[in-house]
Amino acid sequence: MSLWLFIQSLIDGLLMGGIYSIMAIGLTLIFGVMGIINFAQGALMMLGMYVTYWAFTLAGIDPYLSLPLSAIALFILGALIQKGVLERVMDAPDHNILLITFGIMMIIENTALVLFSPDFRSITVPWLSETIKMGDYVVSKPKLIAFFISMSVALLLYWFLQKSYLGKAIRGTANNKIGAALVGIKSKRINYITFGLGAAIAAIAGSLMTPIISISPSIGHTFILKTFVVVVLGGLGNVLGAFVGGLIIGVSEALAGAAFSGTLNELVIYVIFVLILIFRPKGIFGGGS
Amino acid sequence: MKKKWVLIGLLLVFLFTFPLYSTNYLLHIGIITLMFAFASQAWNIISGYSGQFSFGHAAFFGVGAYTSTVLLVEYNVNPWIGMFIGAIIAAAIAFVLGFLTFRYKLKGAYFSLTTLAFAEILRVFVKNTDFFRKTMGIMIPLDINPFWYQFQTRVGYYYTILILTIIITVIVYLISRSRLGFNLIAIRENEDAAQSLGVRTFKNKMIAITLSGGLTAFAGTFYAQYLLFVKPETVFASDISVSILMPAIVGGVGTVAGPIVGSFIVTPLGELTSQMFSNLAGTNLIAYGVIIIIIILFMPEGVVGRYHDWVNRRKKGNKETQEQKESVTS
Repeated sequence: MSLWLFIQSLIDGLLMGGIYSIMAIGLTLIFGVMGIINFAQGALMMLGMYVTYWAFTLAGIDPYLSLPLSAIALFILGALIQKGVLERVMDAPDHNILLITFGIMMIIENTALVLFSPDFRSITVPWLSETIKMGDYVVSKPKLIAFFISMSVALLLYWFLQKSYLGKAIRGTANNKIGAALVGIKSKRINYITFGLGAAIAAIAGSLMTPIISISPSIGHTFILKTFVVVVLGGLGNVLGAFVGGLIIGVSEALAGAAFSGTLNELVIYVIFVLILIFRPKGIFGGGS
Repeated sequence: MKKKWVLIGLLLVFLFTFPLYSTNYLLHIGIITLMFAFASQAWNIISGYSGQFSFGHAAFFGVGAYTSTVLLVEYNVNPWIGMFIGAIIAAAIAFVLGFLTFRYKLKGAYFSLTTLAFAEILRVFVKNTDFFRKTMGIMIPLDINPFWYQFQTRVGYYYTILILTIIITVIVYLISRSRLGFNLIAIRENEDAAQSLGVRTFKNKMIAITLSGGLTAFAGTFYAQYLLFVKPETVFASDISVSILMPAIVGGVGTVAGPIVGSFIVTPLGELTSQMFSNLAGTNLIAYGVIIIIIILFMPEGVVGRYHDWVNRRKKGNKETQEQKESVTS
């Protein structure tokens, strides 16, 4: 691999890594507060992609304008899933909750399959198609924008969790559910908001990726595994770990893509996963919030 | 107790005479139903009894299908022997998977997602390897001869999978009454407590996953011989993993009869929905998703588990009313 290719892949990987970071933050946030691994996170991301896709294809709405739309829509859907289904099993054994989110994933994914067909679709946005040249290196516009929006979302979320009353209530619930309830925090409502927030972040990640990759109903499937690898790498429930983990996975994936041909580079993520399981099963930063 | 054996006898008579009065299509559904009952029974050992939910049993299924097929096509090894070699390889993979996850007591979601990732690793690997003919898959040349695991009609396949399912059910029954079975249930209910009482949790879980993985491979070989075709996107697909875990969940995890009862409820349902909407892929999986949620919300112990509860409660109720009567008369 030449130095040029190395640095070019590094740039590409880092930019994609930003999106992985926020995906992972969404997953880890839900886990941290409710102890749920949301299997449907990838499927929710896929729905966000289709909101942006259809908004662009049918109404010509720019992908970045439909971003708030897909975030709000998925926030509502997420809160409804929590209220309608998950709330009833919050005290059930872990594997039952896991099965429920697995069931939700199957329903969303396959409904999308029936409605939108398994075809791969992509959008071409005129003003995004040109690339930016930085010396010898090329940066694609949608990736750069996605990176900046992801970073802003991550920062905004950090500020929200640290400073706002609601954010403090969410962290309080994550630390000690009963204690939080005792001081008057309505834990049910916190759960709706957390799950909605997780879904909205997934939707933002999905919308940001729509101009970059081809989308299909089953795309969430690969992303949930990737996201889970990121989350495990950063330590379950660790928001900062998820952020750094996303960047690491993004870069490794891009470097592997440059080094190997075919779809074999898909394996790199899993190899990393197995290595983490062998050497640092609690993640590089350890668990906790 | 006696009633149970009569019920089992009647079920066996029904299953053995089924080909006499069924149509060819019904027989196909019967075969698929028994095949997933078999695989779900294997899944039951690690996931039902010890509570480690695998979402990636397609890994072992696919290994079974590919091993016997490659051995047959490339080296002319009889599939009846190939299926045992497939089982050994699947058991070895299960052993590695178990070692990686159980060593640090990774459980719950960690374990489930690791199994899912393992199935995915194998799928991507097979899909990219020339030796396995990549995405094209491998055809098994037609050579109708029971000696080579190929039958003239579906009846032969039906009896093969029926006998396999009876064997695995007996195995699971024996496990459930053995020390291993009790240990696994103890691990499921409270792993730390089990360990402090002297149950060697790591060892028991390793035995369970190795057995489970190895046995699942037999269903894979059967599937390959039934369709005479294997492809990474069919045998390693997550649809297979779902079809394997569904019967046990619906029927009742950690019960001997659960996977069988569950498969008879859910597999024909899945087949029929995908048959009814044959131009739309995925409808059977929507149905499965809805069923999972309904079962977990309203009947997490499954159909057989609910039946056991009902019988127990009735027994207790009878005793209480009897005692009441006695106390009244005395």
